[in-house]
Amino acid sequence: MSEKIRALPQRARPSTFIGKYLFSRDHKIIGLQYFFLALTAALVGSAMSLLMRLRLAWPQSRWPWLEMIFPGGFNDGLMKPEFYLAMVTMHGTMMVFMVLSVAPQSAFGNYFLPIQLGAREMVFPRLNMLSFWLTLASFVVLMSALFVAGGAPIGGWTFYPPLSAIASAGPGQAAGADLWIISIAIFCLASFLGSINFIITTLVRRTKGMSLMRMPLTCWGWFTTACISLLAFPVLFVAALLLFLDRNYGMSFFKPAGLVVTGHLIDGGGGSPLLWQHLFWFFGHPEVYLVIIPVMGVISHVMATFARKPVFGYRAMVVSILAIGGLGFLIWGHHMFVSGMNPRIGIAFSVLTLVIGVPSAVKTFNWLGTLWGARIRFTAPMLFAIGFVSLFVSGGVTGLVLGQTALDMVFHDTYFVTGHFHLIMGVAAVFGIFAATYYWFPKMFGRRMNEAMGKAHFWLTFVGVYAIFVPFHLMGIAGHPRRYADTLWFEFLKPLEPLHILITVAAFATAAAQLIFVGNFFLSLWKGASVGDNPWEATTLEWTVAGPPPVENFEDQPPVVHRGPYEYSTPGAAKDFLMQTEV
Amino acid sequence: MSRLLAIAIWLTAIVTVGLFIWPKWRLPESVSAHSPAIDHQFKITMAIIGVGFALTHAALGYAVWRFRAKDGERASHSHGNARVEIILAAITAVVFIGLAITGQRVWAQLRLNQAPPDAIQAEAVAQQFVWNFRYPGADGKFGRTDPKLYNDADNSIGARPGPLGIDPNDPAGKDDVVTTTLAAPVNRPINLTLRSKDVIHDFYVPALRLKQDAVPGMKINIHFAATREGRYEIACAELCGQFHHQMRAYLDVRSSRDFEEWMKKNSKQ
Repeated sequence: MSEKIRALPQRARPSTFIGKYLFSRDHKIIGLQYFFLALTAALVGSAMSLLMRLRLAWPQSRWPWLEMIFPGGFNDGLMKPEFYLAMVTMHGTMMVFMVLSVAPQSAFGNYFLPIQLGAREMVFPRLNMLSFWLTLASFVVLMSALFVAGGAPIGGWTFYPPLSAIASAGPGQAAGADLWIISIAIFCLASFLGSINFIITTLVRRTKGMSLMRMPLTCWGWFTTACISLLAFPVLFVAALLLFLDRNYGMSFFKPAGLVVTGHLIDGGGGSPLLWQHLFWFFGHPEVYLVIIPVMGVISHVMATFARKPVFGYRAMVVSILAIGGLGFLIWGHHMFVSGMNPRIGIAFSVLTLVIGVPSAVKTFNWLGTLWGARIRFTAPMLFAIGFVSLFVSGGVTGLVLGQTALDMVFHDTYFVTGHFHLIMGVAAVFGIFAATYYWFPKMFGRRMNEAMGKAHFWLTFVGVYAIFVPFHLMGIAGHPRRYADTLWFEFLKPLEPLHILITVAAFATAAAQLIFVGNFFLSLWKGASVGDNPWEATTLEWTVAGPPPVENFEDQPPVVHRGPYEYSTPGAAKDFLMQTEV
Repeated sequence: MSRLLAIAIWLTAIVTVGLFIWPKWRLPESVSAHSPAIDHQFKITMAIIGVGFALTHAALGYAVWRFRAKDGERASHSHGNARVEIILAAITAVVFIGLAITGQRVWAQLRLNQAPPDAIQAEAVAQQFVWNFRYPGADGKFGRTDPKLYNDADNSIGARPGPLGIDPNDPAGKDDVVTTTLAAPVNRPINLTLRSKDVIHDFYVPALRLKQDAVPGMKINIHFAATREGRYEIACAELCGQFHHQMRAYLDVRSSRDFEEWMKKNSKQ
């Protein structure tokens, strides 16, 4: 295979700014484009969550200066409930799609998958460029929903019809909802195309000696996630298409007969609201695994480097990633226990849901096993990796509550659920993204991020996210439904208002701490200390090339791999790490 | 850094477990026949995950404390231990699957069985931001309804067609009782049919430990028995539009004599 790669003609290197940085076919530039897209989306999405927090903590306060920025969203300085719900919808969509689905997979995967495999490029560089530009278009369309008449949609990121299928069902459900659907359809297409590239690159572009079981766990994560994307996104694409037809072309896939909305009988009939939920969650549940699986790969990778130990149970890690990816397709119904789905089927989904906890627990044991007997170097990326394990456990255990049919009947659609998925899918994944950023920054830019700022960022964020999301669970136990614009209307909610204030304060403090990260990132781009090719003394192929790597990654010969990915502290070796290329 | 992080991890675990044990934020009062079983299952599950959470954090903190880098020392070179791995996975599997199976008992009893034959029949009909309830009256039969007849403007006692669009020509609908509060006699099972006129809503009564979507186009049956007299809040738990957070009604649990009187008062004279 290496012969074939060597025989490839050298690509003409683009020299103009546009060719090099905008319409680049270089997987590394595309990875960075995705990274900056995700960073932008994360800042926008976080700002939206802060607006939500303002209303939840002080529902009767007036914010005239915010009204100047969002004239449609406020009335006499009071935030309208539909503006709150628009923020709920847009925050969720922004974070789930544009941040969590993009950063771990499309950003870091694009940048490092080919290099870690010993490849010069992705199999389909043009397709890769197309994937990015489609994703960017999807982001732009989504943002535009904020600025149309009626504002952004208010149906939540799950977009359940008939609320989402009928333009008159609420503010934002007209043009805003159409734009949301178009954005999601474009995103599905982009992710689908991207996944083909990842899968084929992994299968055919591994360098000599890079057998599957010598791949870094990051590559296993990216590969498995690409397989999930390949199967899951087309289903959401079709669902979005059907919903669009329902809304604009008189179809009725999701609308039953006899709906009366704001006094008007809606045409059509014969559709099923549950059909959308099945299609949506058939995508939506694998979606949470396609967020967390590449992060799991990153955590294993970073942890081995700074523990100076091989990953504990590499084979079990691979098997559990594949098991989670596969089982992830069989448990979508646990989102629908109380939806009106046959309660008998709920039992099957419930048991399978708790079964998927087993491979997740195996991964946790193996991370602890990797730390056992280690010689840990407490760098910023390692702090975030250790923080990830804590958050993964904290967010994971409550899945055992929600996965049980009878208990889900109590906690479904309460803050208990919101707390659960924010911990495990939100901040745990974000900790993985931070770990990856601090870890690979020297490779991507040839400089190192400031360690002291990185550590400060870790401490404030670690304490902050617990202060935000543990109270979510307590509110859920007390019965607080999610997506409520305030607590004023129910006696059982009023005692929970102090928790809302606590959470809001913690959220603003944690958000402020992220400015340390952003500042550190951009300062380090220009002022960071220059480092060599392998500053962390790591073993995998990305550390054999210069930082930033040359256009074709490997200047002359593609590397030849002689050993597994995590040979740290091997007895008898001269150093405490053996690179994959060392004989 | 190593000691500090270990202490932070332990403290996080202690504070978190403490907050869950602290009685300030508890499950709401529990007033249904099935809720003690649910609360029991919840407590057992919380105890198990609490132990798991505490043990993993104890181990994580210990590893961080104990295994920091020291000059000139190498980590132990181990690729894993299949036996430890299999034992831990097996224990986890037994606990998780055990929970999954025991967790089905209340569910099966409540959702797979029909309501007892002596249950009070009632219907909860949701629409954007309002709940209406209907009882079949003396004949035990609900009258036919028609979306074309909905008349939200007139919800006076005995109004036909009223907000639920009861066909005035259907004799079965003559004695139907339509109300905005769900009354129930204490300790008597209620067989409640959930419907929606527009979008998906969710019938959620925290005190009953009960939640079920009301889906347009579907009639979904649930049943429960309230065990203590009082007024309990009914909320909507499925996002239904801009005033979702205001969609409130009451469950009014009365003695059987009070219930009969209430029913008479709300019936067409």
